[in-house]
Amino acid sequence: MSDGVPTLSVRDLRTHFLTKAGAVKAVDGVSFDVAKGRILGLVGESGSGKSVTGFSIIGLVDPPGRVVGGEIRYNGANLLDLDDEAMRDLRGNRVAMIFQDPMMTLNPVLRIDTQMVETVLAHHEVDKATALARARDALGRVGIPSPEERLHAYPHQFSGGMRQRVAIAIALLNEPDLIIADEPTTALDVTIQGQILFEAQKLCRETGTAMIWITHDLAVVAGLADEICVMYAGRIVEKGTVDEVLDRPIHPYTHGLIGSVPSHNSRGRRLTQIPGMTPSLLNLPPGCAFRERCPRADEACLAEPEIAEAAAGREVRCFHPHLEAGA
Amino acid sequence: MQSSLVVLVMSLLVFIGVNIVGNPVDMLINPEADQEEIDRVISDLGLDRPVHEQYGYFVFNALKGDLGKSFIYGEPALKLIVQHIPATLELAVAALLMAIVFGIPLGVYAGLKPDSKTAKTIMATSILGFSLPTFWVGIMMIMVFAVQLGVLPSTGRGDTVDVLGVPMSFLTLDGLSHLFLPALNLSLFKISLVIRLSRAGTREIVHMDYIKFARAKGLRQGRIVMVHLMKNIMIPVVTVLGLEFGGLVAFSTVTETVFAWPGMGKLIIDSIHNLDRPVVVAYLMIVVLLFVTINLVVDVLYSVLDPRVRLQDQKS
Ligand SMILES: Nc1ncnc2c1ncn2[C@@H]1O[C@H](COP(=O)(O)OP(=O)(O)OP(=O)(O)O)[C@@H](O)[C@H]1O
Ligand code: SF4
Ligand SMILES: [Mg+2]
Repeated sequence: MSDGVPTLSVRDLRTHFLTKAGAVKAVDGVSFDVAKGRILGLVGESGSGKSVTGFSIIGLVDPPGRVVGGEIRYNGANLLDLDDEAMRDLRGNRVAMIFQDPMMTLNPVLRIDTQMVETVLAHHEVDKATALARARDALGRVGIPSPEERLHAYPHQFSGGMRQRVAIAIALLNEPDLIIADEPTTALDVTIQGQILFEAQKLCRETGTAMIWITHDLAVVAGLADEICVMYAGRIVEKGTVDEVLDRPIHPYTHGLIGSVPSHNSRGRRLTQIPGMTPSLLNLPPGCAFRERCPRADEACLAEPEIAEAAAGREVRCFHPHLEAGA
Repeated sequence: MQSSLVVLVMSLLVFIGVNIVGNPVDMLINPEADQEEIDRVISDLGLDRPVHEQYGYFVFNALKGDLGKSFIYGEPALKLIVQHIPATLELAVAALLMAIVFGIPLGVYAGLKPDSKTAKTIMATSILGFSLPTFWVGIMMIMVFAVQLGVLPSTGRGDTVDVLGVPMSFLTLDGLSHLFLPALNLSLFKISLVIRLSRAGTREIVHMDYIKFARAKGLRQGRIVMVHLMKNIMIPVVTVLGLEFGGLVAFSTVTETVFAWPGMGKLIIDSIHNLDRPVVVAYLMIVVLLFVTINLVVDVLYSVLDPRVRLQDQKS
């Protein structure tokens, strides 16, 4: 599918929050590729750095956070070298992001049409009627009934699920090459979620849009993504195709996650079932960050494991991966 | 309903208050006048009757729009006040506009760049605006701009133009130059207030997800500030400013006295000096009415600005 250069190629991305208490290494050495038309699932428990990874890509990390190292290549060009105006024109146009909290992403005092039309006009020299027509089409595409009328509504007149669909429609407006979707379906009911996932997949296949789908929900990723990256404490601990990782997890953390989901079809499971808690990212002790919770930990784990190829097309960050049995 | 009750209670308080303050007869009558003359004046003014009767009489007349005659000018008190309202309103509106025009941009800037030198200067100056007494600043302004530099006049309204039979200063250059200093003096406090409100609003709203989302949509900074941010901070600013407008009218007494601005503030100060009771009562009643009206207008404005309130109202 890919024609050489991936749409997005992240290398050794490091995003730290330089707080008074010290550096919070929210993202620390993350690398992955997303090819044209492919969907990458980014999973991990709360606070593992998924959202910060997304914001780093579009250049919107909140201060005191800063991308302190690495590369973010979009169609080959490093986004970290772009000036502010070039970056602005890329956002919402070539690279769109859908936020986690649908209740807060739309401006409460502006009508939906205003918030959609401005997104088109910020990047294209078209007249308002054209922009409005695009807005209407986009609302229709995410399954909002009578889009023509709904355009005139204010956000509080929509339910949470509807608002999230509006946000998704806004992301689709300029037909981006890359969409970063940060848990966009958590607030939606099962039918709508299925519909959105189906639409997302169709969009990627048909238009070649690349997508990063951030989620807690393994079932969502299972039916949607091509590849999976599992994040833990700001790092990717396991990477592979969706079938490989879900059927034969080799990192002890992923292993625990999959084990904690009774069956692969059970949905809505949050990935917080492993005993213990995510360590504080502030002054993380040296060695493997999962050590405190890991059943396989030993003295070797006091050193820091590097991410390495464990099998064909599979990478893992662990000294003692589950390679022996099929798990 | 509630509003009329407020007005009624106020009328009672005002009437009692004014009656306690002093006896106007002492001021009006030549100290050498004999007792007969004094009695005649007292009964002319209706002051010989019991207080509750005076009040009943006052309310009865007030409902007919008659608030009594000025002891000094011999004209209906209401007419006197009404004649002085335009000058005061002009001053208050000019001060309000200044508060918006200076206060909002400065406050938003200070909110967007809270750590910059400019922002710190703005905030320090706004503290001065809060703490320096109006009359003192007014006198300083006169000394600097009128006396030392001689660039701006310090008293009166200057040339006026009649608008619908009402003289207005802001339509002539001379009038504007007369309006500038007193309006600025009157608005200093409000400018500081608006700066603080806009700064606080800005600092809160820039951290909202919808501002971040607006940036994620690739909007230009100008649009984010002027539309997404501004529309949200305007809600508290307009509400507070609206409620403060009555205060502007009331506070204009000080400014009007310092700058000899012929509005009702100056009239009331003069009338209090002369114990001209009907005028004082009429003034206070008008101010109460003004406050009540302003509150109504603010409620309406608020719902125009905030769609959430507007749509709730429609439903109920
Ligand atoms: N503004 C901030 N200041 C300091 N630290 C922050 C800030 N924002 C995020 N972090 C740190 O970054 C870490 C990762 O946050 P992030 O939002 O990426 O988590 P997440 O994986 O998206 O979690 P969730 O599933 O709950 O959304 C957090 O644990 C937190 O310590
Ligand atoms: S490196 Fe050690 S502690 Fe870390 S996950 Fe592997 S086995 Fe567990
Ligand atoms: Mg998140």
